Amino acid sequence: MWLRNLLASAMVLGIYSLLMAALWVVLDAVDVAFTEAAVGAGVTTVLMLLAIALTGREEKRTRIKPWLPLAVSLTTAGLLVYATLGMPAFGIADAPAQLHVAPYYLQQGESETGVPNVVTAILASYRGFDTLGEVTVIFTAGMGVLVLLSGATRRRKRVTTPAEEDSV
Amino acid sequence: MSDFLVLKVMAKLLIPFILLFGFYVQMHGDYGPGGGFQAGVIIAAAFILYAIVFDVRTASRVVPMAVLVSIACLGVLLYAGVGVANLIYGGRFLEYGVLAHEAAHGNHIGILIVEIGVGMAVAAVMMIIFFSFARQR
Repeated sequence: MWLRNLLASAMVLGIYSLLMAALWVVLDAVDVAFTEAAVGAGVTTVLMLLAIALTGREEKRTRIKPWLPLAVSLTTAGLLVYATLGMPAFGIADAPAQLHVAPYYLQQGESETGVPNVVTAILASYRGFDTLGEVTVIFTAGMGVLVLLSGATRRRKRVTTPAEEDSV
Repeated sequence: MSDFLVLKVMAKLLIPFILLFGFYVQMHGDYGPGGGFQAGVIIAAAFILYAIVFDVRTASRVVPMAVLVSIACLGVLLYAGVGVANLIYGGRFLEYGVLAHEAAHGNHIGILIVEIGVGMAVAAVMMIIFFSFARQR
């Protein structure tokens, strides 16, 4: 889809996320679908719209021909699709992912943690240290945005000229 | 956005239910789909809807930036604090089993507290990012 209007692009991205969430539901990954619908289709779209409101609604026309990036993306996509041919068939029982720790979690998870939702048990208990890292990453991202953007307002207030007012 | 009566009435009707659903997802994450991350985003979405339909300034009077920053810090500290509490009770870091007499029960309690920490941090950070952007205008 070829869009130069960034507002429309943000909306298409939101719709795409919602479709992905539906796909996760079909694949029985409801926790992932939930996250995709809330973060991908919801909050990300709002943040995109805010960024567009701060910058501009139309994409700038570039004079550079995008052939090299296009070739790189197409080659990477082709390689990735080629790599999927070497993967075990969808849903097959003796795939490596099903034989490592997954059977243990499914069989022992509820009796060890008292939590019927095995996704929550893995995320918060078996992989609790990873989740602590994730929360720290989110926290750091929030603090980074806060520091960067609060600095920007202060600077703009100090050196705003009439010409700049008009351009804003 | 001052004249959109339909939007305002609908938002006023919806926001309590969005918040309630957020808390349900938070506390029910151990039985159904959901957990702290999703709940945090849903709760943040309720406040973001309020800020969009009413005014960003009104919304930031409801949840000032200082409060949001404290909630985000408290969330991360709550998570890490559970880990430290386990150390004090004689377990390993984030080994929730020692929180109760029975390992499974302790695990359940630990997971609930940790998810509340995640929810607080995620909700606060989402609102921090939103308000930081929205204040620029």
